[in-house]
Amino acid sequence: MEKLRAIRPRLQALLGPDGVVADALGRMLYEYDGGVDRGEPDLVVFPRSPDEVIAVLRLAREHGLAIIPRGAGTGLSGGAVARDGGIILSLNRMRKILSVEVENQRARVEPGVVNLELSERISGTGFYFVPDPSSQKACTIGGNVAENSGGPHTLAYGVTVNHVTGLEVVLADGEVLRTGGMAPDMPGYDLTGLMVGSEGTLGVVTAVTVKLTRKPEAVRTLLAIYDQVDRAAETVSAITAAGITPAALEMLDGFTLRAVEAAVQAGYPLDSAAVLLIEIEGLQEEVAEHAAAVEAVCRQAGAREVRQARDAAERGRLWAGRKQAFGAMGRICPNFYVMDGVIPRTRVGPVLRGIEAIGQRRGLRIGNIFHAGDGNLHPLVFFDGRQAGQLELAREASREIIQLCVEQGGSITGEHGVGMEKDELMPLIFSEADLDFMRWLKQAFNPEGRLNPGKMLPTYKSCRETALATRPELGKTIEARI
Amino acid sequence: MSVAETTPPAGTSRSAFHTADRPRWEDYSRCIHCGLCLEACPTFRLLGEEMDSPRGRIYQIAQADAGRLPLAGAFETHIGRCLDCRACQTACPSGVEYGKILERARAELAAQREVRGPKAWLANYVFRRLLPDPKAMARQARLLRWYQRGGARAVARATGALRLLGLAQAESLAPEVEGEFFRAEMGRTFPALGPRRARVAFLAGCVQRVAFAGMNRATLRVLQAAGCEVVIPAAQTCCGALHVHAGRRAEARELARTNIQAFAGFDAVVTNSAGCGSALKEYGDLLENDAAAEEFAGRVRDATELLAALGLPAGMLRPLPWKVTYQDPCHLAHGQRIRSAPRQLMAAIPELELVEMVRADSCCGSAGIYNVVQPEIAGRLLDEKMATVRATRAATIVTANPGCMLQLRAGIRRSGAADRVMHVMELLDAALEPGAAENPAAKPE
Repeated sequence: MEKLRAIRPRLQALLGPDGVVADALGRMLYEYDGGVDRGEPDLVVFPRSPDEVIAVLRLAREHGLAIIPRGAGTGLSGGAVARDGGIILSLNRMRKILSVEVENQRARVEPGVVNLELSERISGTGFYFVPDPSSQKACTIGGNVAENSGGPHTLAYGVTVNHVTGLEVVLADGEVLRTGGMAPDMPGYDLTGLMVGSEGTLGVVTAVTVKLTRKPEAVRTLLAIYDQVDRAAETVSAITAAGITPAALEMLDGFTLRAVEAAVQAGYPLDSAAVLLIEIEGLQEEVAEHAAAVEAVCRQAGAREVRQARDAAERGRLWAGRKQAFGAMGRICPNFYVMDGVIPRTRVGPVLRGIEAIGQRRGLRIGNIFHAGDGNLHPLVFFDGRQAGQLELAREASREIIQLCVEQGGSITGEHGVGMEKDELMPLIFSEADLDFMRWLKQAFNPEGRLNPGKMLPTYKSCRETALATRPELGKTIEARI
Repeated sequence: MSVAETTPPAGTSRSAFHTADRPRWEDYSRCIHCGLCLEACPTFRLLGEEMDSPRGRIYQIAQADAGRLPLAGAFETHIGRCLDCRACQTACPSGVEYGKILERARAELAAQREVRGPKAWLANYVFRRLLPDPKAMARQARLLRWYQRGGARAVARATGALRLLGLAQAESLAPEVEGEFFRAEMGRTFPALGPRRARVAFLAGCVQRVAFAGMNRATLRVLQAAGCEVVIPAAQTCCGALHVHAGRRAEARELARTNIQAFAGFDAVVTNSAGCGSALKEYGDLLENDAAAEEFAGRVRDATELLAALGLPAGMLRPLPWKVTYQDPCHLAHGQRIRSAPRQLMAAIPELELVEMVRADSCCGSAGIYNVVQPEIAGRLLDEKMATVRATRAATIVTANPGCMLQLRAGIRRSGAADRVMHVMELLDAALEPGAAENPAAKPE
């Protein structure tokens, strides 16, 4: 409290009266993001320039206060939530597109620029920014960098880190680090790669140099409709086996697509058990050939029907259903927990059956919608937060699902990040030596632990049962640390 | 993992809401705070704060219902800053009916707030006496006309007296009172030109009767030319939209009941005001569990909606080689989900060029009486709007709501971004073939 009283007037002097939020209501409004975790910050600040970010970090250091960087707050793992108080540093008033160099396929933006806004601004040039998380009409590029966001087109084009070539980062002590540059591959350590996906634990990004990609000459979008989920699952690996990499390969199960259809009228048949949304991009001839091949594979694997979008409007509708799917779930249940897990694409069928069994055991409804092509699952666990114990039940089911993913050779997160949601699950996929190495790295940038504390790396404060249950051999290490 | 409460227990004894018009859990709990509404919200885009975003306002309402927030102070500020433009409803994948939630929160605020003094007296006068009473409206309008034309305005503007009284913004937004009010037409029937294709009742509007009489007459001519017989029931009154926005739901209900009776028995109730139309279509929610209200709401049509569905007869319109841009009224595009009808009608005018502005469906800042009560934010939104208008190089801004027209006119006066503002009906009227362009003798109802 003492520290806060001391820093507040200095921040106000620095950022002006509308640059600092300190009242009870304002702080309450920054206790959430797009997920289920909550934590109220002590202050929220809104710098407008890199210099102001530097000054804020220096003040925070002087007063020994934590800094939690935040973009639009659409994340799903509590990355932008103040776990143990501290100052939320909101970057959404820094939203200038600093430069666009189409001839070099680069743009330089401030972190608060909205993902879709960049592509819209340069739409006349024939280029775009590839990463397309479902929240792209609201989420910021700074947030994409922090979480190393993906999206449906990750399958062919890679995640955010593959589209960022340089960063300007303010470190915990206010020093400025510039990584990468205009050249696609710079000598020395890949600090850009290190920063992307570090979830605000290593520094605060104040400028991002992104790669722009030429729009494909032709795009074809297919909807394959199935009466059995297993057949849809089999199709996923069959397409890869046929030697084709679609730009996107998405799957929605029957329960989910019916809810989506009620919201968006995307054109998914209500009586189907699952649909695959498949997008092929490339040169005219190649696209026609691949589309025909994919259609044949789908039919062979047991698709009831395969439709091709006739025009841009129909294509837009098919995608609107997928992109708005999470939001549409609010129509059928007051609360749901969006999971994010990864499995090898050959294991989609068995894992889906396993997820269904987990839901049945706990009496919870679970829907599935996911990036099937790269095995990135998004099970939706539905619950009613008004009923005592339901959230905990949903969390337990979610943990079980993640364990299932790991057992099948997968990972605990594909694109939503670890945040405060899954930090305690990290031991499921990393050895203690791996984690120690990450801690050393963090120590180098964030020695006092004031940058986004309590995120990404396990603190072993809670839920050690989870780690113990799955990796009993860790027991001793954990005991030793507490 | 930290355990969090996702939905606090609502409607408990700790709730800050007390009346029957309280925001309902069934409505606000649909919001899953995914944030997809953020960039659609004009106040969030402008201010960049969660408190002034749709999900933030819903969160505040949910917390107030759970007893975590008092209604006074900051809550009132942020709920008051909302334009109620409903752009978030268009963006929302969960189908959250934000307008309902917000208007109910405002009703709670209005019920719990004790305002006294001249401000309260003025509000009561406007909402209870002026808007529902065409005679009182005409009296005030004559005074305003005297002010606008008799030289008093010139004196007031020149001496800076308005700024001194804090009235400069309101004064610049006041409608130009027209010479002849829309009064003789009340209670009359206007026949269809050519074969009759529909029989509709027309809502004349409270402000429109004194300030938009010309626009009303243009609407009549266009409807007639399109084959509509138009009846203007004399017993109609103000739609109550402004009352609902201000949280005065009891008064709005009285007006709604009067209108439901006045418009009984017509196939369609037509309005040229998107704001009024939106309110009329929501009578079912205002008068809960009232079958007549539901039935009435189902018959309401925006004039553009009706005409686009009916189709314009061949040869009705002559070429108009103008360059125009279209501003979607919030209560048409977001409130009623009508976007293509007005564009379809404009496309029917030969040689007319429609140049779309960026973010045509983003609020201009008018928002009912928002530009009067929140002049600073409304002014900034208007400046942004004028910049996008200027980029189209169109001389005419076309829209479909009187409130937007006032705000846009104030915008072009101070920015010079365009030459004039017209209603879609006025544009169609200007394109009517001669012969279809006059109101033939009206017969009494």
